[in-house]
Amino acid sequence: MTRKMDDTTRYERLRERYLNGDLDRRGFLGLLGAAGLAYGVQTPFAKYARAAAEQVRFDGWGGVVSEAFREYAFDPYTAATGVNVVDGTFGGADEYISRVKASQPGEFNIAHLSGVFDYVRYHNLELSSELNEDNIPNLANVIPALVDVLRKPTGGTLSAVPYDYGTTGLAYNRKHISDDEMKEKGAMLLIDEALKGKIGGWGEWKTRIWYAALQTGQDPNGIEDMDAVWDAIRTHRDIALKYWGSGAELMSLLAEEEIYVTEAWSGRVKALQDQGHDIGYYDPPGGLGWQECLFVLRGSPMPECEELLNFMLSPETSIAVAEGQNYPPALDPNKVELTEKVKALPAFDPTGTLAGLNFFDPPYWNGNEAEWSKTFGRVQKGY
Amino acid sequence: MSVESREARQPWILLSPALSAVALLLFVPLGFILVYSFWLRTATGADQAGFYLDNWAEALSDPFYRDILLNTLKIAAITTLVCALMGYPAAYFIARSRGNKAILLLLLMLPFWISYIIRTMSWINILGVSGAVNWVLTSLGIVAEPIQMLYNETTVILGLVHFLLPFMVLNVFVSLDGIDTTLEDAANSLGATRWQAFLQVTLPLSLPGLAAGGLLCFVLGAGTYITPLVLGGPTDAMFANLVFEAIITQLNWPLGSALSLMLLAVLGALVLLYNRYLGMAQLMKGLG
Repeated sequence: MTRKMDDTTRYERLRERYLNGDLDRRGFLGLLGAAGLAYGVQTPFAKYARAAAEQVRFDGWGGVVSEAFREYAFDPYTAATGVNVVDGTFGGADEYISRVKASQPGEFNIAHLSGVFDYVRYHNLELSSELNEDNIPNLANVIPALVDVLRKPTGGTLSAVPYDYGTTGLAYNRKHISDDEMKEKGAMLLIDEALKGKIGGWGEWKTRIWYAALQTGQDPNGIEDMDAVWDAIRTHRDIALKYWGSGAELMSLLAEEEIYVTEAWSGRVKALQDQGHDIGYYDPPGGLGWQECLFVLRGSPMPECEELLNFMLSPETSIAVAEGQNYPPALDPNKVELTEKVKALPAFDPTGTLAGLNFFDPPYWNGNEAEWSKTFGRVQKGY
Repeated sequence: MSVESREARQPWILLSPALSAVALLLFVPLGFILVYSFWLRTATGADQAGFYLDNWAEALSDPFYRDILLNTLKIAAITTLVCALMGYPAAYFIARSRGNKAILLLLLMLPFWISYIIRTMSWINILGVSGAVNWVLTSLGIVAEPIQMLYNETTVILGLVHFLLPFMVLNVFVSLDGIDTTLEDAANSLGATRWQAFLQVTLPLSLPGLAAGGLLCFVLGAGTYITPLVLGGPTDAMFANLVFEAIITQLNWPLGSALSLMLLAVLGALVLLYNRYLGMAQLMKGLG
């Protein structure tokens, strides 16, 4: 009879050789030590491989978004499949990409990334995967425009599925700024001297440049006078109270009336409005739209991830998450009946074409990333 | 093996776990950072291995980095001075108090039980437009509108003082506690006033503790990045924020490595200077 070759059998054979005198004491102990060392070295990495079939790690933005995912998507998914979802959060896409870059493949699995810009960035860093779309039948319910824009950078395949979209418009305190004034001045309110010390702004280079382009009358996806853009950013910097760095900080600054006007994420403003704060929201002409996707990273357990994506894209889950996080789902309203609450969300497009929204043009913005992000870092600090 | 050689090896054997930990957790990562600083970031964000001096040339020659470094050292110096002025009387009071010393020391340590970020953010609830100070001022009719007190260099220093003051107090306390109080009595008996006795006896003897506290406050203050992020305005950045931006925002690990080593070199030089003239023993006492 052939014995199963496991660690116990290996040890017993080694011990037998030692007892028979085929192996000296030093050799026996040395081999035992080497086995222990090999086990110690491989264990931290093996746990990811072993856990692959049992759990999927998801990283998102935290706050109300994370709560919505947990309640409406992860817990029901785990109940239905037995696969546990480990829920992590990050403060921003930049922070997360650094963590992923420093990790081993498979350590991080699915991320709620923002926009096509990050999709391209991850792909350029060879962190993308290839989804088997046959395992995600609910992908057919997604707005085609959102899917197509993801296919282009990855040669027709997908490494992510679109999940929701929104806008980065202007939030304003209606006690101090009227709706008419906002409509009249739009993005120029962010550089209005009369509001000095009561202006905020997201300390993120792409958004700052986009709004500076609008303030200088330029197309954000085809800026011709970059000096004028940097000057507009400097003007904003000099009269702004604070650059915010997270959705929680944005909400705090607006709710505490530290600032009266800022760019803001549509869903966060809706959350403030629901809390009873008199905060208005306005997408100015040329305002910024974005989509969020669920990106599957290279080295992830693909069948489990695809199953989770399909589960999350089911209409009932997508709608529940959308209502929880206040961003419209990527579901095509021509194919899926959406609730009245979803239809009332800011940035919702009933046509399902998203033709009215402006997005970052990936080749343009990814191509200028290195130079502009660095220059913004200097301008931000007074240069 | 002779007894002498065995005895000579024993301290090293006992120290080997600690030395291994220091080597693995400090020197090996530092080695990685040093190697990284000679690499380059490509346009896509990937790193290009090699031996390039570009990052070092930029870090050492660009006035942007020099100016922020000088501003960082200035903020750390002001913070240290404020900590010394506030911390010395507190430490003196604790050292000279009778009976309740342990309770006072416990109270001093209490803030460490709360997250540093939470402690920093607490100032928003104190100094914010809707914060406690403005509420009192407007309620009493002292001001008609809330005063904007947050998000400037002063609040950054305030946050740093809040964070670092216990380190100063502890170091000065350890120094004062070790001084024989009869020395002051002797000075008084020789005709010195209490103030003269303090200035000519107690203060000089406690200077090593003050210096150790100052060094800790300065080094920790100069290396912080959370405080300016939470309490600073748009232009209130410190050098560690540049490292953060290079590594996180720009995904430029090679440049971020060069910048972090630059800060390490400046602060390391200060520690070496301290060690040269005052020795590390006092610092160890304070930390212990």
